[in-house]
Amino acid sequence: MLLIPCPWCGQRDEIEFRYGGAAHVEYPADPETVDDATWARYLFVRPNPKGPLAERWCHSQGCRRWFNIVRDTVTHQIMRSYRMEEAP
Amino acid sequence: MTRLASGGRIDRSRPLRFTFDALPHTGFAGDTLASALLANGVRVVSQSVTYGRLRGIFSAGVEEPNALVQVGGGTGSEPMLRATQVELYDGLVAESLNARGRLSPEPDVARYDKLFAHCDVLVVGGGSTGLAAALAAGKAGARVILADEQAEVGGTFLGGRDLIDGRPATDWLAEVATDLAALPEVRVLSRATAVGYYDQNCVLIAQRRTAHLGPAAPAAMARQRLWQVRAKQVVLATGAHERPMVFAENDRPGIMLAGAVRTYVNRYGVVPGHRAVIFTNNDSAYACAIDLDDAGLDVPAVVDVRPNPAGGWPDRVRERGIEVLAGQVVSDTAGGNRGLESVWAGQRIDCDLLCVSGGFNPAVHLFIQSQGRLRYDEILACFVPDEAPQAVAVAGAANGTFGLRDCIQEGLAAGAAAASAVGFGDGHPAGAPQVETVAEHPIVPFWLVPDESGATQFVDLERDVTVADVRRAVGAGMQSVEHVKRYTTIGTGSDQGKTAGINSAAIVGALLGQPVAAIGTTTFRPPYVPVSFALFAGRTRGQLFDPARVTPIHPWHVAHGAVFENVGQWKRPWYFPHDGETMEQAVLRECRAVREGVAAMDVSTLGKIDIQGTDALRFLNRIYTNAYDTLAVGHCRYGLMCKADGMVFDDGVVMHVGPDRYLATTTSGGAAAVLDWMEEWLQTEWPDFRVRLTSVSDQWATVAVAGPRSREVLRALAPAMAADAVSFPFMAIREGMVAGIPARVCRISFSGELAFEINVASWYGLRLWEAVMAAGEPFGITPYGTEAMHVLRAEKGYAIIGQDTDGTVTPQDLGMSWVVSKKKDFIGRRSHRRADTARPDRMHLVGLLPVEPEDLLPEGAQLILEPRQEPPVAIVGHVTSSYRSAALGRTFALALVKGGRDRMASQVYAPLPDRLHPATVTEPIFYDKEGLVRDG
Ligand SMILES: [Zn+2]
Repeated sequence: MLLIPCPWCGQRDEIEFRYGGAAHVEYPADPETVDDATWARYLFVRPNPKGPLAERWCHSQGCRRWFNIVRDTVTHQIMRSYRMEEAP
Repeated sequence: MTRLASGGRIDRSRPLRFTFDALPHTGFAGDTLASALLANGVRVVSQSVTYGRLRGIFSAGVEEPNALVQVGGGTGSEPMLRATQVELYDGLVAESLNARGRLSPEPDVARYDKLFAHCDVLVVGGGSTGLAAALAAGKAGARVILADEQAEVGGTFLGGRDLIDGRPATDWLAEVATDLAALPEVRVLSRATAVGYYDQNCVLIAQRRTAHLGPAAPAAMARQRLWQVRAKQVVLATGAHERPMVFAENDRPGIMLAGAVRTYVNRYGVVPGHRAVIFTNNDSAYACAIDLDDAGLDVPAVVDVRPNPAGGWPDRVRERGIEVLAGQVVSDTAGGNRGLESVWAGQRIDCDLLCVSGGFNPAVHLFIQSQGRLRYDEILACFVPDEAPQAVAVAGAANGTFGLRDCIQEGLAAGAAAASAVGFGDGHPAGAPQVETVAEHPIVPFWLVPDESGATQFVDLERDVTVADVRRAVGAGMQSVEHVKRYTTIGTGSDQGKTAGINSAAIVGALLGQPVAAIGTTTFRPPYVPVSFALFAGRTRGQLFDPARVTPIHPWHVAHGAVFENVGQWKRPWYFPHDGETMEQAVLRECRAVREGVAAMDVSTLGKIDIQGTDALRFLNRIYTNAYDTLAVGHCRYGLMCKADGMVFDDGVVMHVGPDRYLATTTSGGAAAVLDWMEEWLQTEWPDFRVRLTSVSDQWATVAVAGPRSREVLRALAPAMAADAVSFPFMAIREGMVAGIPARVCRISFSGELAFEINVASWYGLRLWEAVMAAGEPFGITPYGTEAMHVLRAEKGYAIIGQDTDGTVTPQDLGMSWVVSKKKDFIGRRSHRRADTARPDRMHLVGLLPVEPEDLLPEGAQLILEPRQEPPVAIVGHVTSSYRSAALGRTFALALVKGGRDRMASQVYAPLPDRLHPATVTEPIFYDKEGLVRDG
């Protein structure tokens, strides 16, 4: 079980969190003006690296805040935890 | 008897009676079941799983492959325990097992606990290394947990005869135990086996707390405890497992690991035979020869595969007149129904005990679980820990460091370093005690005695797998040790092949002409030892496994004989049967009451989200597919939401209850997911919105009063509230007193009838319900459940999200374009223009009328177009809802059908096991198409 650092509450067990997939997937500023391929990329294409991955988590059983972490998908080590408004 | 007159760590003043396979025996306090059986001369303890061969106790610990027993009777009966780990108690009842145990058919009434703990340094293993590590870390001031699998700390050296500072090692042990007890931040867990090593130094420890007490176990004490420990640093001092030798007929009772024999002699005062031969490739087994010689056994020979064993240990043995057969192997054995009688080592040697040692495998199971990597050490002839991504150190025999002096030194260093890494001490441990050492003659790896057939050369004793099986696997083309494992079942027993794994890898290597280093090991996965499901369950059993949620009105439903249905965690009344009524009859009666009179339903389970803030309207417009700009305070509107891919996600009613304040209902099962979804968008995409969300599902109780006479009931309950169609129109909200309770009443309908939903603070829920039933009595008010509600809404063609949809259905597919705004953006809008979502032949929600009016199609039934087709037959859809209708006097269904809206009035067929069932495609609405009844 992961030990996840919530930027608001500190280190907590994974069971307190909900996974939100890859972080920094840009929502198109005006979805109506983008073509199908661009929209499909937003909907369906996600990074799947062997190594560091920025991802979203929600501390759903705690402060209910969404935030980002950078996690190594091989070792599960968490290199960074930061608030939504912080730069990636 | 084979018990020595003195010595060992048993208490001869406390005899304990026990039975094994119904025969009475006696042992002593401090015995394991295995040591007591050996002391009573019990040599045969099981028959092997495939070949039915006789087997005896082979080891003295967790690695035991043969001595599996069932212990205890009745509800406390435990299957598949290792006799080597069962502590003896007075009255213990044990039975041998042939391959598998039996679970008690009675529920386990014992208590199992879970405990979460945190520490600076977790030390796994309480042998010499682990004790030294815990002592060094504890003295540095760190918070330490030491987990040891045995009843008393000391590990292997409880079974040895080493001297520390010139005194028996057990004196040092007692001092360390005292020192540890005096350190307030050190906690020693006994009978506690670390079974799993997970991410971020999360280690699961299974602790046995009362089983060793037998019937004397305190009833209030948890039988076992599962510790979930988070440690900043972990020191693995898990020791090593001795390797057997692989030769013909190597599985007879009386053939044992040499280190185990030492443990039985020195720790338990038991000699497991009368005349012993040693078979080894390393020095450690020479100590066994000396121990047995001192215990008074005949030791005719040490058979050593090494051509020229010399130095301290061989010399000591030779000095005693024990012959060392250098460069020899034991190639065969003979015996009878009591096990071993002789061995062949170039000559026949009579003996009833053969002590084997093929070297040692560091117990790297937890290290591998921690994602550590191994490397093969050519000099030590074993796999040792290499790199580790987590904050873990391995010390002592687990690290390939054998010998008491080096283990203590390495343990002290590892403990001090771990403490220092988290800010305690300078990393330099106190001085190590003096330990006498003997220069060792190096091990010579030896994996397999040449033998043509290999059919009795056992590699895995528990699984009954031989060298012949490994040959067959390699002959069939297996090259990976993982494949050989699955082909032969080596290592898949409850011992997980602790004595078999590395030998099998080496034999595979030998057959393929590759070194064992190139073959590698199989992956060790948790749990390290078998763990009972009861422990993992802990107290989350029965009602605590998945808590049931009930509404404030629940007691009334129970008192009135409701049959309940589970909706998520909710218990909802499914229907209220009268005496002698079937479900079908009850549901038809409840439906009729709604359509013809008046009926009431508890709808408190609906999710409710309070939405407040100056941007609340903006927020709703983006979340829902329809617009809310024109929704005035005091009115409500049906709303539908989609995921970004345009598929329907949930629905409900949005009430505008005040300036910048709304209350949105969700489906009963979707409340938490919808709130999470709203929060996600609010926090991640629209953080500038001034909106706050609060779940108020449990704060409101809601009663739906439906039917042509519902207005009369409302008038009786709330005389001051104008309820006529003009004053209280459809989709309006009124606040006022209902049955003397402050209430919010909405005129909404999920049944298609005139209906009012009355919301009150949940405290008043039951009182409101009782008032509704009393006020409705003159009109024959009928309580109805979810099944009638489903039928009624289906008659109107209202889809239930999650029943008529499955995450691949758009609002347009449901025929609900009317609820999708053309003017504003909302989540999922762009997806409705994608080529796939705009296809004309998507699955549409349609109605179905079975051609035979009594034909009830099963929900989930597939639909096809042509009655007579050659396979493959194209499926065009499936039934999503199907009921018997009181209003229609027949059956009907809803279905998702490919291009369904273009198939009106055509026929489809449900191919069911008995025959094809024809049905006609219709609009998905069967009752009051104009909505006159609802608006009345
Ligand atoms: Zn938090």
